[in-house]
Amino acid sequence: MQLRPILSAMRRNKVGAILIAVQMAITLAILCNGLFIIQERIASSKRPTGVDEANVFEIDNMWVGHPSDLAARLAGDVAALRGLPGVADAFATNSYPLSNGGNTDGVMLHPDQPQSMALSAIYYADEHGLSTLGLKLIAGRDFNADDVVDKVGYTDLTEASAVIVTRALADRLFPNGDALGKSIYVASQRMQSQIVGIVDRLQVPWTQTGGWGSAFSENSTIEPFRFITQSSDYMVRAQPGRLSEVMLAARRKLFEINRGRVVDQLLPMTVARQQAYRDDRGLAVILGVVCAALVLVTAFGIVGLTSYWVAQRRRQIGIRRALGATKQAIVQYFQTENLLIAAAGAAIGIALAVMLNLWMVNSFEMHRMHMMYALVGAFAVLVLGQAAVLWPALRAASIPPALATRGA
Amino acid sequence: MFNYYFKLALRSLKRNVVLTVLMIAAIGVGIGASMTTLTVFRAMAADPIPEKSEHLFAVQIDNWGPGRKNVVTGDEEHLQPQISYPDAVGLMNAHAARRQTAMYATGFALTPDNPQLLPFQVHARAVYRDFFEMFEVPFQSGGAWSAADDADRTAVVVIGRELNDKVFAGANSVGKTLNLDGHDYRVVGVLDHWQPIPKYYDLNTDKYGKSDEIFLPFTTAIHGQAGGWGNNNCGGEIGEPGWEGRLRSECVWLQYWAELPSAQDVDHYRAFLNNYASEQRKLGRFHWPPHTRIRDVRQWLVYQHAVSDEVRILVLVSFSFLFVCLLNAMGLMLAKIMGRAGDIGVRRALGANRGAIFNQCLIEAGVVGLAGGVLGLALTALGLMGLRSLLSEDVGRVTHLGWTDVSTAVLLAIVATVLAGLYPTWRAAHVQPAWQLKAQ
Repeated sequence: MQLRPILSAMRRNKVGAILIAVQMAITLAILCNGLFIIQERIASSKRPTGVDEANVFEIDNMWVGHPSDLAARLAGDVAALRGLPGVADAFATNSYPLSNGGNTDGVMLHPDQPQSMALSAIYYADEHGLSTLGLKLIAGRDFNADDVVDKVGYTDLTEASAVIVTRALADRLFPNGDALGKSIYVASQRMQSQIVGIVDRLQVPWTQTGGWGSAFSENSTIEPFRFITQSSDYMVRAQPGRLSEVMLAARRKLFEINRGRVVDQLLPMTVARQQAYRDDRGLAVILGVVCAALVLVTAFGIVGLTSYWVAQRRRQIGIRRALGATKQAIVQYFQTENLLIAAAGAAIGIALAVMLNLWMVNSFEMHRMHMMYALVGAFAVLVLGQAAVLWPALRAASIPPALATRGA
Repeated sequence: MFNYYFKLALRSLKRNVVLTVLMIAAIGVGIGASMTTLTVFRAMAADPIPEKSEHLFAVQIDNWGPGRKNVVTGDEEHLQPQISYPDAVGLMNAHAARRQTAMYATGFALTPDNPQLLPFQVHARAVYRDFFEMFEVPFQSGGAWSAADDADRTAVVVIGRELNDKVFAGANSVGKTLNLDGHDYRVVGVLDHWQPIPKYYDLNTDKYGKSDEIFLPFTTAIHGQAGGWGNNNCGGEIGEPGWEGRLRSECVWLQYWAELPSAQDVDHYRAFLNNYASEQRKLGRFHWPPHTRIRDVRQWLVYQHAVSDEVRILVLVSFSFLFVCLLNAMGLMLAKIMGRAGDIGVRRALGANRGAIFNQCLIEAGVVGLAGGVLGLALTALGLMGLRSLLSEDVGRVTHLGWTDVSTAVLLAIVATVLAGLYPTWRAAHVQPAWQLKAQ
């Protein structure tokens, strides 16, 4: 294949070639960054919480006013929920994964350390917490009735003598893997708490990419509190397959016990997940649509311009055919031409893609894109060019050699 | 002349339908994508109170100092977006601005009079009476409570229109009572529809959420121990137990705004804040030099990242997309115009000057732009519907296509297409008539 005639033809059509190359470069830059963001958001929305999501639901309970017998009412509610047929276990807490609201605290080893070593989400649970959420205890023990004390609202500064932490937090605080039995200071506590158990995983309540909690999403501490306050979250785990039946019964039971309450929602964890990651999935879908449209527009642009070139060179093509060029040679000509343009576009595109990614890393708390994305994108753009040029090239090849003998 | 060129443009566009359709489609899709995101972006980044945004200031005071162990949030200057109760009281008592209010989000269980109805949850905001005038809150009936109510911690409320419709069936409820968490509150005012987007006076949680349903005096809420429903940050040092302990603590959980109508007021207020901080230092509460800041509404929106990253990414991507579409249209236009070099040569030979050819081609580009804009508009409407179904309700609340958006879309399409058409047009105007005629 001779490149010289292609290059000299291109020189006479500089602007068209540049337009296609630039289009392909931008398409490449957006395509690979878009795919990278899509992949990141989908991966983020699939992170496990550690909770048995299929069988757990939350009840958002709020009492009317501040009754003096709050502790007894809460105990009554939780006991009633546990007694419902089809319920595996239940407890009351301050927050839960995927809820996007909760408490954070700094954790350290000694009270005189200048800075906390890690941030951690704080969950309150009694001795039914682990069993209700279905958390996997990988070392030590669950809370027992002696550990659990009352905490009357957030302004009650009662301290926890024992805590259960996630594996991620334990490893962060004790890289040697000997966290069990050690004491830690949770900043707003004023005494040491002993790590009595380690759970495999319990995600923090916040899910937003780059938002609060994203830097410590696996660091959670469970404190042995019965949380006694006007509004709390009742967590209930149903026996497998009985979730909807239990949800109906739970609402009925609570209002049977006392009508002086507001139950805003009964939320299965599976729905909580959908709600929490709705914007991530939305972004992924929109980016996907834009990327697809971009590819289409670029492809049609190539088809349009190449068709025009073919039309412009009908006579020359006819002459080449008359002089003995095969149909294949004509197709190859246009394919090589497009390959050259696309290669130039891809080279600029890779540079653009990396720059775009670096800029996004700086302004959006995003990660660095793996070079693989740029390379795959470049390959995709080359294939796109070849596919788009095929039709006009075939049309060019079908120009009859006899055309050369006719007048224009 | 314009009419003639317009007719010529239509005829020329009809001659090569495929190229024309491709061009219009490219521009339409590009405009549709970029206008969809721009509409959301503009709604999110728009000044929510344009006539007054320069005069309303959010106040920040560093009450933690540089040596704090657990500064878990805060900016690079170690400033928090909220202030503590002691500072709120100190600033309110000084009354150094024309108007000012401390505030926080709270909520209640509302028990309807009708015993058949179940209690429900309402989001409330504890504010001083100045709030309503400062933020230009419209009233349907009644008005703000009095300064005396603020001082006496009276159980009064101003309620939103929606709540009034729900509880009082839209009747004038001024003077009636509402039962919130078992206590009666007298309604003194009912708001007209009011939904600032974003909720710039408190961007800590629920930036684009529904507006508050109930407002009550700050002093009443504090006295009634109405807990905060927004963000609270104690920076790892909770202080003493109980509600009184919370009030005495250095936890930051209150928003504070001041209205400062003139540049002089702003200077005075800055000086006042620094004086206040020095005083606190003398009293032994702060152990560092005064560190305070005020930001007006626009600065506050930027500082608090009112526009979500998702939307900024989408705006960036969609405008790059529009750019690709325009390059595309430009290439196609070039092809189209150069394909007609012969016609142009004839027109030139018959006496048309370069300007005439230039105008003719530009009008053709404009017609393509107009058609692309109309298509883009339809796609924008479709795109916004898509966004509403894909993104959360909060984003949905800001996706409305207004007349400004419509005109922006069409204008953008025409201007962008004409710009993209400049080069092909220029090439057309430089067609050498003699060459073209010879080639025929």
